[in-house]
Amino acid sequence: MLYSEKVMDHFRNPRNLGTIDNADAIGEVGNAKCGDIMKMYLKIENGIITDVKFNTFGCGSAIATSSMATEMIKGKPIEEALQLSNRAVVEALDGLPAHKIHCSVLAEEAVKAALIDYYAHHPELEKPAALPEAIHCEDCAHCG
Amino acid sequence: MNHVYADNAATTALSDTAFNAMLPYLKEQFGNPSSLYMAGQKAQEALYQARETVARCLHADPKEITFTSGGSEADNQAILTGAFLGAQKGKKHLISSAFEHHAVLHTLKKLEKQGFEVTLLPVHEDGFVRVDELREAIREDTALVTVMFANNEIGTIQPIAEIGAVCREKGVLFHTDAVQAAGHVPIDVQAMGIDLLSLSAHKFHGPKGVGALYAKKGVRLFTLIEGGAQERGKRAGTENVPGIVGMAAALEEACAGMEKNNLSIKGLRDRIAAQLTKIPHSKINGVPERGLAGTLNMCFEGVEGESLLLLLDDRGISASSGSACTSGSLDPSHVLLALGLPHEVAHGSLRLSLSAYNTEEDARRIIEHVPQVVAYLREMSPVWKDLEEGKRKHVI
Ligand SMILES: Cc1ncc(COP(=O)(O)O)c(C=O)c1O
Repeated sequence: MLYSEKVMDHFRNPRNLGTIDNADAIGEVGNAKCGDIMKMYLKIENGIITDVKFNTFGCGSAIATSSMATEMIKGKPIEEALQLSNRAVVEALDGLPAHKIHCSVLAEEAVKAALIDYYAHHPELEKPAALPEAIHCEDCAHCG
Repeated sequence: MNHVYADNAATTALSDTAFNAMLPYLKEQFGNPSSLYMAGQKAQEALYQARETVARCLHADPKEITFTSGGSEADNQAILTGAFLGAQKGKKHLISSAFEHHAVLHTLKKLEKQGFEVTLLPVHEDGFVRVDELREAIREDTALVTVMFANNEIGTIQPIAEIGAVCREKGVLFHTDAVQAAGHVPIDVQAMGIDLLSLSAHKFHGPKGVGALYAKKGVRLFTLIEGGAQERGKRAGTENVPGIVGMAAALEEACAGMEKNNLSIKGLRDRIAAQLTKIPHSKINGVPERGLAGTLNMCFEGVEGESLLLLLDDRGISASSGSACTSGSLDPSHVLLALGLPHEVAHGSLRLSLSAYNTEEDARRIIEHVPQVVAYLREMSPVWKDLEEGKRKHVI
């Protein structure tokens, strides 16, 4: 099998699928040209991610990693969400084929992009040290 | 519920006729065709019969048929033959098309590194090479023209007889990869001016791992595999007797039933196409009326092909896609890109390829499920949302 049971489960039954109308933060990463785009919507209250939803255009693992990433940050403080690594997402999914690892990178970046967006809208808040300046799609080895 | 197998361009189910023809050679008749005693001679006789059958289906002479391990080997051997014969006369230019199978393209790439020059003809938006462009491309030093008979992803049938005629006129060797065409469309190597032709058994309900290379009398094949004197020294190795017998039986059956099969396959395909094209922002790739009867290749904007395939598989439908994720590379299929489709649209492709084994019920289920899965994926697609909201322009 190409994918683990866990990946197939998250692909078939994505958690937190959808959008949030009055989201506090939205992050979009990826490129339609490369075949995957992830968009993450966050509700944030007092530094806690109280709700998260996603929309994804992409392959099975793109959908599964988005789903898993949303599960892993839901209810977590921003600082903790910023620690989410693509490797943790891959582990939580019981692994991904080598050529699909970039999907997990995209999931990690979608979370970070949403949080960058959050702080851009809240200049009064102190930025966490772990917050990246920006996410550069061009850096991704996927498109080369 | 039975699975709907709609990926016959990838491979086909073995026919009962082929299976039954193979059985004796898998068990009792296991002799080596090179052996002189009875069991060996029986195997030799089976090879002889199979060669006659394959030759007859192509309007060739049995001496012009070499058995191979499949389409890829036949393609490699044909192209290296053309290159080798050309190089002997100082001709190092090769012409092909942009949407050939990798068995052809990668062989050409290898030759390019060895100092050959390769011209790839465009296949235009409709998926056809233009004979006048081929004529233009032929040079004094052109050693070989290799253009596929029918494309494996979009099914378009190339103007083979016209290409053959131009090659004859110009005195250039002509190879065609007929892996998708053999057993599906009439082939007459003489009338069509074909010098070299590849075919593969598993695309016409024969077994996998066996194919044939036709080489017109007088075209000295380059040997890929050195060793014993099998296949008149052109392809060493103890012959795959059951495979070869199965291939011949399958090809004979496919050629005998061709007209009738194509009529029913095309009926199903056209019914499916009529319904699936009702999906908004969808597009057929290639020209079905000028293509293989069973092939339908479509793009659906805003969805990605691999997820489409996985969800169809969950619903009992096997199909294929030219998305990057299914090609195992980072780019979508070179065939769809050669048609000028933008990457983002090519990622959302679906190939359905039917055979005579598909039923009305199969067509009904494809018609039921594909639109549902496309709608579901679009619902979760940020690309589709942008398209709907006008933030991104519809391409199709
Ligand atoms: C057009 C074309 N050429 C060559 C091949 C390779 O054939 P085989 O799988 O027998 O090596 C295929 C099938 O995969 C094909 O569709």
